Amino acid sequence: MHSFISRFSQTSAQSEFHRAQAFTTDEGDLASSDAAWGSQAGFGNLSHGIPTFAIPEVADPSAFLRLHTNDSENPDCRIKMNHGTTTLAFCFQGGVIVAVDSRATAGSYIASGTVKKVIEINPYLLSTVAGTAADCQYWETYLGMHCRLHELRNGERISVAAASKYLSNLVYSYKGMGLGMGTMICGWDKTGPSIYYVDSDGSRLKGNLFSVGSGSTHAYGVVDQGYHWDLSAPEAYELARRSIYAAGHRDAYTGNSCNLYHVEEGGWRFIGNYDISKMHYEGPGDALGADGTGYGYDIRVKGHSSGDN
Amino acid sequence: MSIMDYNGGSVIAMVGKDCVAIASDLRLGNQALGVSSNFQKIFPVTDRIYLGLPGLATDVITLQVYSTKERFRFRVNMYTIKEEREIEPETFAHLVSSTLYEHRFGPYFCEPVMAGLSKTPSGGLKPFIAATDLIGCLNFAKDFVVAGTASEKLFGVAEGLWEPDLEPEDLFETISQTIMNAVDRDAYSGWGCIVHVITKDKVITRTLKGRMD
Repeated sequence: MHSFISRFSQTSAQSEFHRAQAFTTDEGDLASSDAAWGSQAGFGNLSHGIPTFAIPEVADPSAFLRLHTNDSENPDCRIKMNHGTTTLAFCFQGGVIVAVDSRATAGSYIASGTVKKVIEINPYLLSTVAGTAADCQYWETYLGMHCRLHELRNGERISVAAASKYLSNLVYSYKGMGLGMGTMICGWDKTGPSIYYVDSDGSRLKGNLFSVGSGSTHAYGVVDQGYHWDLSAPEAYELARRSIYAAGHRDAYTGNSCNLYHVEEGGWRFIGNYDISKMHYEGPGDALGADGTGYGYDIRVKGHSSGDN
Repeated sequence: MSIMDYNGGSVIAMVGKDCVAIASDLRLGNQALGVSSNFQKIFPVTDRIYLGLPGLATDVITLQVYSTKERFRFRVNMYTIKEEREIEPETFAHLVSSTLYEHRFGPYFCEPVMAGLSKTPSGGLKPFIAATDLIGCLNFAKDFVVAGTASEKLFGVAEGLWEPDLEPEDLFETISQTIMNAVDRDAYSGWGCIVHVITKDKVITRTLKGRMD
């Protein structure tokens, strides 16, 4: 088949499979996919219309990648992905609250305690990072680029629904190749505040309240007992902080600090960064909505527990 | 995931000038889920010997407290009765080692760390530390020994902070900084620490407030 037609007649991942299977050695083709890397802000691979990535030159790249990147299916896999996090987002009367932790682990090693797990796509859209950080960072930045193109083409901002569907369709075209993302696209559009949960399996769900990651069960436990649509903004901040604290305390893969954002009609606003261990002993300080006491069990039972002297 | 990492926890022991120190974290977990922040892993054997047991919690308790045949306390008591004197740290280290090697083909999942002061022929006291692997291979170190899920991190920090002939208060500071900073880089250790400094006339025990995440 003519190379131009074969390239654009299929979805990007499919055309890549095709290229890999054909063991292409055409010099010009290689230059268009690899040589441009780094010269165009890392998106040089997009300069020919459709994203292209170097794909293992084996008969079944999808199976090959699954074997070497999925440690639940193959414990000896060589490419270990970062797991473990807690992210939380909920809609309420005053907009959307987004709260995340900041720990990055590689096995039992805490590789960083200052990771930004909220990606600011544009002044109206936020997305959260859970799973493979590189996948989330790359594709959510790429989504930001397409949201801007949408604005330029249509003269109005992209809806949260459309943005999330763009990302969902995109990661679905790479299904089975080892992408690992669990993200929440949060924003305010013509329809008001909204949250979409998008993951690399292809799920895309609309909802008022989501938590994603290894500490999500702990966060759900706290947020569910305090969540209400008519929460005031300070009450909502406190609930989100308290939920991330609970996950940070109990879950080994969650911790260090909590980043809090609020999305309103005029766009998102960064509320603050709160040390999780400080919240345990002293509380979040003079933060909006805080009652000034520590969240820790010892502090809450002091003077009431029979074991407390 | 290794069974040695199932509950998490770490121990370190260090030599000072006429004193030794042993420290551990206080976490007991069920894999990623933290369960207790007051799980003791260090036990007194005599007035001058302390034993740290990081590893699988069920075996920590079995070895130290419950089992009638294998527990270290039982064997130390039998030794004391037969010999009519307190056990020396070197002897105790060999007792621990041979007890573990008896289970060579179905081991207890613990890596004991020992710290104590041993009597010299001239009547003085000499610092002693040792550690073994889970089947009893003894490691007599002259500076520090580590074990547990944060062992690599403990090695790194201790290698940078430890120096010879530290006085008890300086040794306390060194071992405290070492364990606190090491467990803050380990997902399975932490939730507070405990430190014992053994000197010729007293044992100083302090509980440290650590990060709770």
